Amino acid sequence: MSIRQLTVFVENRQGAMAEVTGELASHNVDLRALSMADTQEFGVLRLMVKDVDAALAVLREAGHIVNVTPVIAVKISDTPGRLAQALSVLDAANINIEYLYAFLTRTEKHAYVVLRVEDNDAATNALVSAGFKLVEESDIQKL
Amino acid sequence: MEAKRYYQEEIETMPLEQLRALQKEKLLKQVRHVYENVPYYRAKMEEQGVTPDDIKELEDLSKLPFLTKADLRDAYPYGLLGMPLSDCVRIQSTSGTTGKRVVAFYTQKDVELWEDCCARAIVAVGGTKDDVCQVCYGYGLFTGGPGLNGGSHKVGCLTLPMSSGNTERQIQFMMDLKSTILCCTPSYAAYIGESLKEAGYKPEDNCLKAGIFGAEPWTEEMRRDIEKALGIKAYDIYGLTETSGPGVSFECEEQTGMHINEDHFLAEIIDPDTGEVLPEGSKGELVFTALDKEAFPLLRYRTRDICVLSRKKCSCGRTHVKMTKPMGRSDDMMIIRGVNVFPSQIEAVLLKEGYPPNYYIEVDRVNNSDTLDVFVELTAEQFEDTVGKFSARENALAEAIKTMVGVKPKVHLVNPKSIARSEGKAVRIVDKRKLH
Ligand SMILES: [Zn+2]
Repeated sequence: MSIRQLTVFVENRQGAMAEVTGELASHNVDLRALSMADTQEFGVLRLMVKDVDAALAVLREAGHIVNVTPVIAVKISDTPGRLAQALSVLDAANINIEYLYAFLTRTEKHAYVVLRVEDNDAATNALVSAGFKLVEESDIQKL
Repeated sequence: MEAKRYYQEEIETMPLEQLRALQKEKLLKQVRHVYENVPYYRAKMEEQGVTPDDIKELEDLSKLPFLTKADLRDAYPYGLLGMPLSDCVRIQSTSGTTGKRVVAFYTQKDVELWEDCCARAIVAVGGTKDDVCQVCYGYGLFTGGPGLNGGSHKVGCLTLPMSSGNTERQIQFMMDLKSTILCCTPSYAAYIGESLKEAGYKPEDNCLKAGIFGAEPWTEEMRRDIEKALGIKAYDIYGLTETSGPGVSFECEEQTGMHINEDHFLAEIIDPDTGEVLPEGSKGELVFTALDKEAFPLLRYRTRDICVLSRKKCSCGRTHVKMTKPMGRSDDMMIIRGVNVFPSQIEAVLLKEGYPPNYYIEVDRVNNSDTLDVFVELTAEQFEDTVGKFSARENALAEAIKTMVGVKPKVHLVNPKSIARSEGKAVRIVDKRKLH
């Protein structure tokens, strides 16, 4: 079960990041989570938004390079060591994690951890079999 | 029956020594003609202290002054005319991207010789009187249409004077009248190929066997694509309005460079910075002297095209020197860490690697070493969500450019449409070095 992440190319120059977030804000697109990875040359901004289609349209209209990346997100309860357990489940299933980022929710008692893996289905199966609950896009919209 | 291989066999396969003698005879006569009839060039010769008497051998050519595009503009419209207007029967003109247009004049003899050159090109790709030659270069002031049209007549092909555009009609005539030779720009050939596919035709459905494509830069990749899409052999042709039009040089079946019609055009390669004539095999700016042209007899005209000449024996039997496809324009050439780099080379790599040809080059000197920065517009297809993969892609592009030009650039991927487009020729290079 995958959910859609928006991946935005951010040029390596002053204010480039602010342009992207500003563009979303001015169109009232709600950000749920973001993570930025960068090198000296460029940045890759990963976004979870409430309305994926609207955000995609806004960013493309503004001339940004945006791809939709299918990722999975797992619910991690407020128990010490629970994230480590999820990761070892994936490790045991030989699933390599390319990157991850977490975000907290106001309403529920757990964090959401977004995982970028090569095979979303295999990761989903492994996690669900081990008793983890995955986040659906509707969960994100409700936040 | 085997098709005729040459249009003018004696000239096209003339032993080099004999060809030299012919060129010498023509050159001496032409220098005198120009000196006596073209005051603009006579003044240039006088300024350099040279008279027709100083030109006794082919080697003396280097004593003559150059003509450049700027001279053509200064002399516009009649300043370089070599015959009374009453003896001229035609003009052609270039669509200059800057300044005034260039207007070239032709006597009837000039037209005939030009058409002979185009006829040689058509026969070289296998054209005979049984062929159907579809000419979809523009007709009118542009030399493409009239040149190949005239050549096609001379060969005796059934000539379809289509001109450019109206692709649906091009395809209809191509299929209904069974065109066998296609003449147009390479980009239009590629477009016709796509349109044929969209209309449901397979490459083997048409009767085309060869295409003669020129008037714009194209790459070997593009050649292969066109050949596959149309099921033909694609041949290059070169020329410029200033020297008559297409047919100054053309490819033979070997497809390894274009034979220059040396009985009409004397070619030199010079160092674009110093004007010094370079030995054979050197890369430099191509300079033409028209040996037979009456109405617009340009001597030592600097084409600004950078290429290499080769006298390596050609399997087609032609003895005329071959030129490579122009590798760039001398006015665009950059010397970076001692290496000649042309924006067109970088552009070819971008296209090959799947990037749009919207780029901008910055050259600078940091700590006494030249730096090359290439800014390229990114496309969604080239973008990756993981930094590692994306960096690898950027690095692969830098490596591909290094393989092509010999200097590894720093590649900067930027947002689409963030590199300014300008009308006509784009400003693609910023040289920040203070070398002069
Ligand atoms: Zn040949």
